[in-house]
Amino acid sequence: MKLLVAVKRVIDYNVKVRVKADRSDVDLANVKMALNPFCEIAVEEAVRLKEQGVASEVVVVSIGGKACQEQLRTALALGADRAIQVEAPDSPDALSVARILAKIAETEQPGLILLGKQAIDSDNNQTGQMLAALLNRPQATFASEVKVEGEHLLVTREVDGGLQTLKLTLPAVVTTDLRLNEPRYASLPNIMKAKKKPLEVKTAEDLGVTVGSKIRLLGVEPPAERSAGIKVGSVAELVEKLRNEAKVIA
Amino acid sequence: MSILVLAEHDNQSLKPVTLSVIAAAKAIGADVTLLVAGHQCGEVAEQAAQVVGVQKVLLADAPAYAHQLAENVSQLLLEQAQGCSHVLAAATTTGKNVLPRVAALLGVNQVSDVLAIEAPNRFKRAIYAGNAIAQVESDESVQVLTIRGTAFDPVAATGNSATIERVDSVFESADVSFSHEALAKSDRPELTAASIVVSGGRGLGNGENFDMLYKVADKLGAAVGASRAAVDAGYVPNDMQVGQTGKLVAPELYIAVGISGAIQHLAGMKDSKVIVAINKDEEAPIFQVADYGLVADLFEAVPELENAIS
Repeated sequence: MKLLVAVKRVIDYNVKVRVKADRSDVDLANVKMALNPFCEIAVEEAVRLKEQGVASEVVVVSIGGKACQEQLRTALALGADRAIQVEAPDSPDALSVARILAKIAETEQPGLILLGKQAIDSDNNQTGQMLAALLNRPQATFASEVKVEGEHLLVTREVDGGLQTLKLTLPAVVTTDLRLNEPRYASLPNIMKAKKKPLEVKTAEDLGVTVGSKIRLLGVEPPAERSAGIKVGSVAELVEKLRNEAKVIA
Repeated sequence: MSILVLAEHDNQSLKPVTLSVIAAAKAIGADVTLLVAGHQCGEVAEQAAQVVGVQKVLLADAPAYAHQLAENVSQLLLEQAQGCSHVLAAATTTGKNVLPRVAALLGVNQVSDVLAIEAPNRFKRAIYAGNAIAQVESDESVQVLTIRGTAFDPVAATGNSATIERVDSVFESADVSFSHEALAKSDRPELTAASIVVSGGRGLGNGENFDMLYKVADKLGAAVGASRAAVDAGYVPNDMQVGQTGKLVAPELYIAVGISGAIQHLAGMKDSKVIVAINKDEEAPIFQVADYGLVADLFEAVPELENAIS
């Protein structure tokens, strides 16, 4: 079974973003970029399925400018076999991304498609679900455990009340939650080897998808700042303040 | 304009977050239809009919909808959304699972986790873990939105008597089935709806020490939350996680115990009215957002706190 994993280049999760002075967008100039943490978990899961002998090949795909090849190389260093970059304008909307991935899936015919549950920049949490809909395949979102059993997939999902397990018929689409696995680090020899692995470049037009967006960003503002609080010296003082000043406890 | 809202429920009762989604729908204006999809959920439809602001309740009661699987419910929503200007659901794990599938079937983009309605097609939402608020305008023919419950004051749960209409269509995918679930049991209020939340982090050291927080929470009538570090370390189950990738809360009072205050945790609680931090590290970033900070060893401070509020 072939696995397809979608990965996204995003701002490093440790960076505190700033809104541009003109409030047109956030400032991404000279900011450290990285592989989206949820995508990293998806790659790790795919590589583990290959190591278990369940999967035969792991193909990673990323959509965006040439810079996202860096993240594809990272995925290759983690154990993916080959990569596809789909050249497209930066920050395409989720539906365009899902349409492109659906086209790739048509040619590659993967048995399982893995994506992160959300990208930490746009925080949309949409692409995997949209892709499953376009392919008319079952989906298991927010996965914390994935087991392949013949033609089926047993997936445990993190839902609001606890955990839920679904049985899906392959091919299927799975989006990863944080607790699915602990991604490995790429070793230096693997990073060197990754440079020789195949990386194919396609364009959105080649795939017959017009990347645009009917959702326009009008502007961005910083979130409301909280006014600085005070330090209290004791538990007694804290309780007194909560009772009489903030009036939030009886 | 007519607005279709997917009700959040567990086949027995309507979840309070639905009342906030209806509030968002009323901010858009127009007719609000509430769709209750489930199995043996007649009681939910009865409750839904009483919610102020709801014109009509659609009840789709079939075994296929028992666990609100995205494959089945999205087809039902697609059918019922014909002619609607907006389709809304709560930004819960159910809404997040189902709605993007509906959007793709409709061939439109979705706006996720909306926290303000500026106009029927103009919304505000948080991006980058809540470090920026984006204002977006959508030119899609149908607006598909998930709503951040904590950002809208809930409408009244009673005082209305909307009509209930049965929907007979049953969509059932052969490619997916429910296997089993393990839901956490708790007598405490629901995390996202509680007026007081007490949360623990890595500083608690182990799962047993969370008992200290449960005691304080029980005295305050509070829910208990956790940071990702505490969940990853296995101290508490994942459904207690507060943060960018967990639950978003905005209680009257949030007490963070042994939590450093990483960006992704702050994303889930910084809209709380009053924030208290108890941490022995006075450099911890949580103190930058706390209204009241106590630099102390939590193992001494928390039992003391429990005594002080009794």
